Amino acid sequence: MAPILELRAVKAFYGHSEVVHGIDVAVEEGGMTVLLGANGAGKTTTLRAICGMVRSEGEIVFAGQRLHRRSTEAIAALGIAHVPEGRGTFTGLTVEENLRLGGFTRAGRPDAGIRRMFGYFPILGERRRQQAGALSGGEQQMLAIARALMMAPRLLVLDEPSFGLAPRIVEDIFAIVERIRREERVSVLLVEQNASLALELADQAYLLETGYVVMSGPAKTLADDPQIRRSYLGY
Amino acid sequence: MHELLQQIFSGLAAGAVYASLALALVMIYRATDLVNFAQGEMAMFSTYVAWMLVNAGLPFWAAFALTLAVSFLGGMTIERIVIRPVENAPVLAAVVVTIGLLLIFNALAGWLFTYTLQEFPSPFPDRTLFGALMTTRDLGVIGVTLAMLLLLFLFFRFTATGLAMRAAAQNPESARLCGIPVGRMLAIGWGLAAAIGAVAGIMVAPVLFLDPNMMGGVLLYAFTGALLGGITSPVGAVVGGLIVGVTENLVGAYLIASQLKLTVALALIVLVLVFRPNGLFGAAIVRRV
Repeated sequence: MAPILELRAVKAFYGHSEVVHGIDVAVEEGGMTVLLGANGAGKTTTLRAICGMVRSEGEIVFAGQRLHRRSTEAIAALGIAHVPEGRGTFTGLTVEENLRLGGFTRAGRPDAGIRRMFGYFPILGERRRQQAGALSGGEQQMLAIARALMMAPRLLVLDEPSFGLAPRIVEDIFAIVERIRREERVSVLLVEQNASLALELADQAYLLETGYVVMSGPAKTLADDPQIRRSYLGY
Repeated sequence: MHELLQQIFSGLAAGAVYASLALALVMIYRATDLVNFAQGEMAMFSTYVAWMLVNAGLPFWAAFALTLAVSFLGGMTIERIVIRPVENAPVLAAVVVTIGLLLIFNALAGWLFTYTLQEFPSPFPDRTLFGALMTTRDLGVIGVTLAMLLLLFLFFRFTATGLAMRAAAQNPESARLCGIPVGRMLAIGWGLAAAIGAVAGIMVAPVLFLDPNMMGGVLLYAFTGALLGGITSPVGAVVGGLIVGVTENLVGAYLIASQLKLTVALALIVLVLVFRPNGLFGAAIVRRV
């Protein structure tokens, strides 16, 4: 299968300093790819480069189209839904308004999509009229993912969805992401600190260190690698 | 008692104008963290546009509608040409740009239309109502303002564009990730603010007479209203504007010479900043350090 997203020799910049030094990453259509690495390895910057939120060089190709010099909103409209670090929910708006915003690029009324999201995340249905800022961390993460899915994306980009959440909630969220990936036929690019969970779900994995890809391959292979086990899995 | 009610009603009519302009200020402030000092002069210029259209023989309400459309496009153009280049500049630089705009519009109006006072027609007949409790003019001004506020509320609450504008103001980055063109939303916001200002200008012009400096005092009252309402709250701006209008009118009628009325605005600004810096409806500003 052809990759839906391909990064070729991509450099990315944070302000004036280059923090990602020419990496190659691919996400297979319908697959889940995970980027692993310590803090400051350049994972988030890589995701931000894909969505045109930081300056980058090299080639980023999504569904046959080069993303270079496109605005963030144009990239979103092409079908990349990015759930950023810190979730990026509109805390002053209601749950339902957040979801309506996710449907902004789609023609027609968002009602059917919103109902489908309430099917995946019943708790959001119960809280549809509440302000997003009043939700718990886990609920906000669910809302952020649901809002991204409202865009009917071909690629879902998740930046540390487990951040700051209790382990049980993290498992719930990943179970839903996995289910959505199968049912909605959406490819996933994931950045995650929880390496054991991520390697269990993903099919491809990349290990980043200080802006370079130092290891890549099938997630199973990386999960069995002694160095990964020692540094990232802790056994 | 009768006189007091009279003063309150005419205060509300003045307050409705301040409320409109305060709302325009708050809209820009929420979207860009910027106080648009040119809001009053933009409104004054719009009023001249209406004046020209009326003089050209257009019926009042046709001129009114056309002026709103022209002001909307003008506001969008100003955002594109003048404000966007300083979007990422320090706030002070952008504020200086709006002060520059103030001077430009004032001078431009003086050059095009001279500084002579011009009479501006009122669309409302000059009659008194309810046993001279209020005039039709006051009632008309209040009615037009309320209708405008209702339309704005419906727009922001129920349309996709209105929701997208709120989202873009609150969290531009997330809005972009939803595919919302934030730049276009800001431009629409400037357009709307300019149109709201035009309504304020047209409503106040029959009372104040039209001249390039007409909106100076009005802007100060509007700014006080916005600040009283908490500068970030649209509801607060409206309530604040009305309170300022009534207060100014009552103080001018009973306490001090009406020539000193403008001082009331300054005193209110100081009081708000000292005793309730977040205003009546504003969110507390907390910064992590």
